[in-house]
Amino acid sequence: MTEEIIIAGFGGQGVLSMGKILAYSGVMEDKEVCWMPSYGPEQRGGTANVTVIVSDERICSPIISKYDTAIVLNQQSLDKFEKTVKPGGMLIYDPNGITHHPTRKDINIYRIAATEKAQEMGISKVFNMVVLGGFLKLKPIVGSEFIHKGLEKSLPERHHNLIPQNEQAIEVGKGLIEAVQVL
Amino acid sequence: MANDIVKPENLVYTKTKVLTDNVMHYCPGCGHGTAHRIIAEVIDEMGIQDKTIGVSPVGCSVMAYNYFDVDFEEAAHGRAPAVATAIKRLNPDSYVFTYQGDGDLAAIGTAETIHAANRGENIVMVFINNGIYGMTGGQMAPTTLVGMKSATTPYGRRVDINGYPLRITEMLATLPGTCFVTRQSVHTPANVRKAKAAIRKAFENQRDKKGLSFVEIVSSCNSGWKMTPVQANKWMEENMFPNYPLGDIKVDGKIAEGIDVNRLVVSAPLSVVNK
Amino acid sequence: MAKELKLMKGNEAIARAMIASGTDGYFGYPITPQSEVMETLMAEKPWETTGMVVLQAESELASINMVYGGAATGKKVATSSSSPGISLMCEGLTYLAGAEIPCVIMNAMRGGPGLGTIQPAQSDYFQSTKGGGHGDYQLYVMAPASVQEMYDFVFDAWDIAFKYRNPVLILTDGAIGQCMEKCYTRDYLPRWTEEERRAKAPWGCWGKPANRAHNIITSLELDSARQEVFNQKLQKKYAEMKENDVRYEMLNCEDADYIFVAYGTSSRICMKSMELARAKGLKVGLLRPITLFPFPTKQVAELAKKVKGMLCVEMSAGQMIEDVKLAANCQIPIEHFGRFGGIIPTPEEVLEALEEKIIK
Repeated sequence: MTEEIIIAGFGGQGVLSMGKILAYSGVMEDKEVCWMPSYGPEQRGGTANVTVIVSDERICSPIISKYDTAIVLNQQSLDKFEKTVKPGGMLIYDPNGITHHPTRKDINIYRIAATEKAQEMGISKVFNMVVLGGFLKLKPIVGSEFIHKGLEKSLPERHHNLIPQNEQAIEVGKGLIEAVQVL
Repeated sequence: MANDIVKPENLVYTKTKVLTDNVMHYCPGCGHGTAHRIIAEVIDEMGIQDKTIGVSPVGCSVMAYNYFDVDFEEAAHGRAPAVATAIKRLNPDSYVFTYQGDGDLAAIGTAETIHAANRGENIVMVFINNGIYGMTGGQMAPTTLVGMKSATTPYGRRVDINGYPLRITEMLATLPGTCFVTRQSVHTPANVRKAKAAIRKAFENQRDKKGLSFVEIVSSCNSGWKMTPVQANKWMEENMFPNYPLGDIKVDGKIAEGIDVNRLVVSAPLSVVNK
Repeated sequence: MAKELKLMKGNEAIARAMIASGTDGYFGYPITPQSEVMETLMAEKPWETTGMVVLQAESELASINMVYGGAATGKKVATSSSSPGISLMCEGLTYLAGAEIPCVIMNAMRGGPGLGTIQPAQSDYFQSTKGGGHGDYQLYVMAPASVQEMYDFVFDAWDIAFKYRNPVLILTDGAIGQCMEKCYTRDYLPRWTEEERRAKAPWGCWGKPANRAHNIITSLELDSARQEVFNQKLQKKYAEMKENDVRYEMLNCEDADYIFVAYGTSSRICMKSMELARAKGLKVGLLRPITLFPFPTKQVAELAKKVKGMLCVEMSAGQMIEDVKLAANCQIPIEHFGRFGGIIPTPEEVLEALEEKIIK
């Protein structure tokens, strides 16, 4: 199994930390992982993205151009990464603020209204975990007990009291994700 | 042989053990030898020979390490303050000094000089200012006076082409990291005594962890200036000193008494020489 | 800190390994893509635990000369930078080599020339292995291919640096510096005691006791005859490195008809290309030089006797290929394939290049 994922959105949406929690969970399950952020001027201007690779084998390149899954959390990222999903791959997006929706018919498209749901539940800080939950529902590449360990490792100890809230958000996400039919 | 003539009971002066017996390569009349001696004497008198690490520059004093009997590092051109910074930070109980000329300290090494001073590195910097590049053959230095001839200003330094002589010592006095900033000379016995007292104070400041001490020694370069040693000393008094006035500029972190602060921060008029 | 399995960036691994390997000092200047080295050190505050000194210098010129100053006292002093910063440091590197000062430098290569790009590249091979600064000198150059190797090589670098009294360069790129991977950390090695420092560096400027002559650290020698003798001594040292401390990895070379030669990030791509090739029934192996100087010349020469061709894969216009060709001595076809300017090749295009340029 090798899963190559791009996660992209606005700075502050928790894109990098979502990737890190997923990667750390993979480490805890003794998988090979690689987490590669955009860096330098590329991370200026309010966008952030990170490539996460989780695999049972040695990982070759940390920087790739085609992905099994793209998780996009704003219009800019959708426009940039929809075309990078491998045929038969998966695109997950949050419809919040999206005016031009995805159009590809050769990939599986899912939407998760995580922004709206997190606001509604008053858990905006763990919005990214709602999205992660949606992804894990579709591709349970890491077991939930390892996600728990991944959270423990990724979060500083002073925030460990927030782990239950994060896990609850993941569960919320699992129930929230829905397939989109491109007409 | 000398021991046959010089009887211990008659001995009034002897070379400090902190200077080696190597014959110095400096020109007759040059100030380097005297500057070396007073630094070595201070190291000897303070009993810190085994704790002192010197840093030599690129320039005439590049081989200062052959003359001081202490551990010595020879730095790339201008980098001595960076080299000394790390020596001192990693060996905080040692006494570290740099010995640099005007081209090394105030041209190619300006950044290292200013930043070491601004960090308040607890080191001693000795700056020999003779207004010229000595070793490479008398080219213009940042401290070359307006109107002064050099190999690269054969018709005299022009402000419109070469800018102004750089008074880096005054600049450094304005930085909070410097503790003691002074300008001395070694061309008369009285001046040698004053310069030695300044060097002593600088090393004591390092002992007391007071921050960076900076001792400029205005010196002559009779070879580069193309004068006899006596003429060079006279020329230095008449032309260098008005532009580079002797005396303490900053003592114990405070601007010295009688120093016009404008002299430090405003580009004061400089005299023009005609040589 | 004890042994632990952590997810960390290559740059962070370098910083943590410095602390754990008993490094005495780090002097650096920020430059993308390796600024996390100093950021990690500043956040870890090792001066409060191991006593390691960390200082942000005013430039790369200053930081490499701080390395020169501190390391000349016999302490373990390191720095890191990226291509444009390393170009500035080349003055210091030749002085360090010329004064025989052990130290560790990390270069996270980015694409050039000039400011170029901040994305990963391998176009500083010549600079690293053929000079960079002036004069006949060599750095010992190690090329890690993973975050784990970034960590481990810092420990190895100190052994080599003091064994030979020579600077060691850890040559990596923005991809390995920026990516997070698994890394097993080690138990801390304590920093050397004063006695150990004096024993390991009897040549160091640590203050002249009454019973020894003063130590002088310099690269200046105005007597040409003596300079030649010194340069011969340096060359002898480099020859010993070639004899005793070449490092490499060979994968699937036993039955191989074709060989990829690649280091660092490129070697990781080639591993995948090799798998793709084997799946197609092509017998392809990989020679990964771990030391770029000394280069695994003998290994290339041995392989050249039995394989049909080699493809050098580099993220450059073709630099290491010169060493490969020299080693193979015209026995077999050897070609270069590279992407550069910050582009990492895909495993598929590497295999395609092998088929087009070598197998035909």
